[in-house]
Amino acid sequence: MKKIMTGNEAIARGAYEAGCTVAAAYPGTPSTEILENIALYKDIYAEWAPNEKVAVEVAAGASIAGARALSAMKHVGLNVAADPLFTMAYEGVNGGFVIVTADDPGMHSSQNEQDNRLYAPHAKVAMLEPSDSQECKDFIKEAFDISERFDTVVLFRITTRIAHSKSIVELGERKEVKVKEYKKDVKKYVMIPAHAREKHVEVEERLKRLQEYSNTTHLNRIEWGDTKIGIITSGISYQYAKEVFKDKASYLKLGFTYPLPDRLIREFASKVEKLYIIEENEPYIETFVKSLGIDCIGKELIPICGELNPDIIRKALLKDSKKEIYKIDVKIPNRPPVLCPGCPHRGIFYAMSKYKDIIATGDIGCYTLGMMPPLNVTDTVIDMGAGFSAAIGFEKAFKMANKKGKIFGIVGDSTFFHSGITGLIDAVYNKSNVVLVVLDNSITAMTGHQENPGTGRTLKGDISPVIDIKEIVKACGVKEENIRVVDPYKLDETEKAVKDAYNSEETFVIITKRECALLKDVIKKRAGRYVRVNHEKCRKCKLCLKVGCPAVFVKDDNLVINKDMCNGCTLCLQVCPFNAIEKVGEWND
Amino acid sequence: MTKSLLFVGVGGQGIILASKILTEGLVKFGYDVKMSEVHGMAQRGGSVTTQVRFGEKVYSPLIGEGEADVIVAFEKIEAARWINYLKKGGILVINDYEIYPQPVLIGQETYPHDIIEKIKEKVENVVVFNAAEVAERLGNIKTQNIVLLGALIKALGIESLDWESVIRENLPEKMHDINIKALKEGMNLGAV
Ligand SMILES: Cc1ncc(C[n+]2csc(CCOP(=O)(O)OP(=O)(O)O)c2C)c(N)n1
Repeated sequence: MKKIMTGNEAIARGAYEAGCTVAAAYPGTPSTEILENIALYKDIYAEWAPNEKVAVEVAAGASIAGARALSAMKHVGLNVAADPLFTMAYEGVNGGFVIVTADDPGMHSSQNEQDNRLYAPHAKVAMLEPSDSQECKDFIKEAFDISERFDTVVLFRITTRIAHSKSIVELGERKEVKVKEYKKDVKKYVMIPAHAREKHVEVEERLKRLQEYSNTTHLNRIEWGDTKIGIITSGISYQYAKEVFKDKASYLKLGFTYPLPDRLIREFASKVEKLYIIEENEPYIETFVKSLGIDCIGKELIPICGELNPDIIRKALLKDSKKEIYKIDVKIPNRPPVLCPGCPHRGIFYAMSKYKDIIATGDIGCYTLGMMPPLNVTDTVIDMGAGFSAAIGFEKAFKMANKKGKIFGIVGDSTFFHSGITGLIDAVYNKSNVVLVVLDNSITAMTGHQENPGTGRTLKGDISPVIDIKEIVKACGVKEENIRVVDPYKLDETEKAVKDAYNSEETFVIITKRECALLKDVIKKRAGRYVRVNHEKCRKCKLCLKVGCPAVFVKDDNLVINKDMCNGCTLCLQVCPFNAIEKVGEWND
Repeated sequence: MTKSLLFVGVGGQGIILASKILTEGLVKFGYDVKMSEVHGMAQRGGSVTTQVRFGEKVYSPLIGEGEADVIVAFEKIEAARWINYLKKGGILVINDYEIYPQPVLIGQETYPHDIIEKIKEKVENVVVFNAAEVAERLGNIKTQNIVLLGALIKALGIESLDWESVIRENLPEKMHDINIKALKEGMNLGAV
């Protein structure tokens, strides 16, 4: 049967057909839908782990126990999971073990543009790169076979355009793969220095065998066309190259990209006149080709920065840019993402925006948007967890230099479980005079509403214990009198908490608790609630615009509220000094 | 010949669903199809695009500048934002509908209300109508995406295929009638 699927759906299907038994991940664009789709197969145990390191370790344990196991994450997730990756490279596998890394060239929704192909040689594990959805499915099956045959972790590298593009896939059946026998083997699975020294030698031997495989596998293939131009490429870049050159070039299409096939590359290079390397971001293939003493053209013409596309290749290699296009000279306003109408994150940002000497170390999630005007609260965003830990460093540096300023660290609920807890412990342990804020909207919102340890449900939809954030904060040693749990829809309560926190000299924690306004149940419950401007009372002071809600705006010199967008959070109503904003609709709480 | 088209608009307008129905149909009718969408920040009111390419054999899921046979803009200024992707002589379908972005709402930037006239000065084939109005008249504003899909299908000249069955196969039963009506209205409106 044929089906049109995204790369992520096809990877899930491939895992199912390959007889995968355990899958663990932490969400992150563009990888999230892999586990969401795997979770639909009842033959696979699938879970959201609190972070990527835990996810990879869960999968590692399953592999050693004998099951085919998979973990998936966005590119920066592999940084978090790098520790188990590097040592599992030594331990190898029992059941096949595949780690999917989803890179984001062009940074559609990421904080950096790292090219995770470089992890494969660094960790010394095999790597595969599919270039459409069919290959996503087929290569996952190959990846499990390679993993077991060579006793290695396999890195499966995709990019946004592979993950989120749809193309046609021929479906197959599930191959039942028994969970293998587990035999205690401390030399393989206990990495003390004595064992690791032996393992390192084995890893080097394994790489030689893998390189031999790379030279002969069907995953790396030559497509002969005109031999004036030869192109070595992989992943989505292969599609772009074909789009531009069609059969006016020959291709070495690489699907198995670590170790790279030295002999195959030499053979290909010797038969073409001019050799191009077409790849996105880092000169990964190019550096290898040049190390073989082969002349080629790559990054001197094709940019390292940004996402690749056929246009860029055409301009760079064919010097063909005389396309006719339409242009109009009108200044088109930008459309940056904003906190949604009724977003529960807005209240505390509004309360904080009134203090000019608050420095806010923020984090990644919807609440990153607290940096946007008119709120302008957030000062820094680094990586998940840094919202808390960078606050501590900021506070210590200011204190050492006798500088004034109150430091607030901000994380979301999912981020708190991911890596906020360790920062919290550090703050208490090292007596940091910071305010740590957890924006608990009872969901992992940014990535499209995934469950997390605080939501009471698992990835499979089962009910599970709710891990209580306030109890954790208490258990970490924050004094009860220095903890506030507030409803961010209630501005007075929220402002009071910010004030108390601002004046505190000890580690202080604020938890804002209110569900994401886009959750289905919340939309249902609040449907029909909205607020409107009473134009007789309105004096056009525009204070309501300061909350930065997209439903509140000026039209024909009047303040108006879009009733379809408003969900009645009433923040603007509470800010209005003239009681000119009124509730409409049904309010029973 | 490979055809390329672009859906552009704002998060929450139903672009992803419209392009999904289109691609499912194209696969059913035997084309090779590739589609690319960008998730992530989309839900937060940012610009959203999906790109669809179909033909006998399609390589790149991405469309280059000046290559789209048809662009469907679910919102007026989004049409202007993506106009450089339209092929010379291509068709631009515009939903006569405004959604103010945040910089306009807080008065930092201005919304160019005359944008359609400006576009018409340059682009030969422009189809403009208010899909939200049509959808509301049919009884459900949420079907505006299907009205626009109908117009796109007409603009592509593939309206004779059995799109009704595609709607039936991809939407829940209680949504069939209204969406089939929306599709047909769109097809009538989509003629250049
Ligand atoms: C290491 C790492 N993993 C995953 C992500 C992707 N990601 C960005 S924000 C986010 C979740 C944010 O959830 P939460 O903290 O609950 O905030 P919300 O979006 O709900 O406001 C995730 C998973 C990332 N940026 N970095």
